[in-house]
Amino acid sequence: MKDLIFKILTNKQIAKNTYEMVLMGDCTDIKCGQFVNIKLDGFYLRRPISVCCVEGNELTLIYKVVGGGTEAMAKMERDTELLVLTGLGNGYDTGLSGEKPLLIGGGAGVPPMYQLARELTKEGKSVSVILGFNSKDEVFYEEEFKKLGANVIVATADGSYGVKGFVTDAFNMVDYTYFYTCGPEPMLKAVYNNTATSGQFSFEERMGCGFGACMGCSCKTKYGNKRICKDGPVLQKEEIIW
Amino acid sequence: MVSLKTELCGIELDNPLIPASGTFGFGYEFNEIYDINCLGSFSFKGTTLNPRFGNPTPRIAECERGMINSVGLQNPGVDKVISEELPKLKKCFHKPVMANVSGFSIEEYVETVKKLDKEDIIGWFEINISCPNVHGGGMSFGVSPENAGAVTKAVKAVTSKPVIIKLSPNVTDIVAIAKACEENGADGISLINTLLGMKIDLKRRRPVVANKMGGFSGPAIKPVAVRMVYQVYEAVSIPIVGGGGVSTAEDVIEMMLAGASAVEIGAANLVDPMACPKIIEDLPRVMEKYGIKNLKDIIGGAH
Repeated sequence: MKDLIFKILTNKQIAKNTYEMVLMGDCTDIKCGQFVNIKLDGFYLRRPISVCCVEGNELTLIYKVVGGGTEAMAKMERDTELLVLTGLGNGYDTGLSGEKPLLIGGGAGVPPMYQLARELTKEGKSVSVILGFNSKDEVFYEEEFKKLGANVIVATADGSYGVKGFVTDAFNMVDYTYFYTCGPEPMLKAVYNNTATSGQFSFEERMGCGFGACMGCSCKTKYGNKRICKDGPVLQKEEIIW
Repeated sequence: MVSLKTELCGIELDNPLIPASGTFGFGYEFNEIYDINCLGSFSFKGTTLNPRFGNPTPRIAECERGMINSVGLQNPGVDKVISEELPKLKKCFHKPVMANVSGFSIEEYVETVKKLDKEDIIGWFEINISCPNVHGGGMSFGVSPENAGAVTKAVKAVTSKPVIIKLSPNVTDIVAIAKACEENGADGISLINTLLGMKIDLKRRRPVVANKMGGFSGPAIKPVAVRMVYQVYEAVSIPIVGGGGVSTAEDVIEMMLAGASAVEIGAANLVDPMACPKIIEDLPRVMEKYGIKNLKDIIGGAH
């Protein structure tokens, strides 16, 4: 964990209520599947945001405007400096993926799948990605995933783009050895119930500190109580209790 | 050269800073980013006789200049604290630590303190009397002088270590409760615990935290804390650990002027894990600004 100053390089809207922020700073401590916790002027608690892409000293975050804090972030301009706690959470373990990993992202759960897809394709794995959104205007990063050489399927709940339905409705279109997923809890539960292989789930919870001190984001697992921020956000399928 | 040294119940502290229970775990998370031996001490995670998962999530809500938590005393229980947490703590922390203890009956407090009493690393007990009294109809021990006095007396009987009672601010007469603790043998008073609060989500039209209510902490509560420390200082002669919204070196000085011998830092640790070392580094400069040579000399200086 490091508390560092990052500078905004770009901050732009990429889909409905969805923004991409590229920050410059020391990214040496940041791993795939982790999150950062950002201090914002005028807000008491920091904002935990998942890592979408890390390359050299550039950190890309994608966030959805859901409240006052993310609304303030959306208005931030180039060169603004932000205090960012990095290196938070356990991250994904790519070693378990097998040859044909499937990545399932829903809405604000899509961003962490991107860095994961970059690493898995780099390792020579044959990566399939299913991205779920409510409707066409919310879709983002389809091209970016395709550029990595991944097999990309987009599903929208209202059928306005791609496969009509939920991410699980596209499962019969892919062949996979293992899966990784991040998204809203109902989606995670559906993924849990509709997947044949083992996999890793990234969870979201309201956090106090983001580094394991306050016990604000605890959950029960088959292996005892865990803190989403410190022992998670990634949990193995076998340990989850719904 | 200025001196940050202070004293709490006969134990000297290098400085008055004590991270508050529940915001500092058992210290390791913070020891990853700074040497926690720079602290005066710290109050470890509230420990109960039996393991507790705590309340359902969400447990956290952000507020203006503060936060609400309804963690609900999640802890592994006293036996695991002794067998797992304290041995790890001893490896990284070499000063007396404050053992924060909670209970739901007087017997629970007594049993937990008895078990922890053998641990050398524990310098003080901080008895949290804000939990509901299961044998007393669910009302918190901390809301009546009689119950607060009874817990104090029972705990004092089973330990020779200093016993500090941590008071709830959610009472009509904090002075009467502090006095009852002193009369029953308390060696110190710690205040304030969190203020009972609520935050409602306008979209869902429901309270944000699953438990509906929770403890409000952060800079917004500091004036309440300073007032209560001031009032209790006037009424008792035992030392006070003051806390509530303290986030800066100036806040530490203010709390000591109100009457605190040592100062707890709570929510500030959660938003800035470096909050305590920053305050310690800042204190000499701020002391000089206000003409303070020895921090000890200003305790109760506002009276």
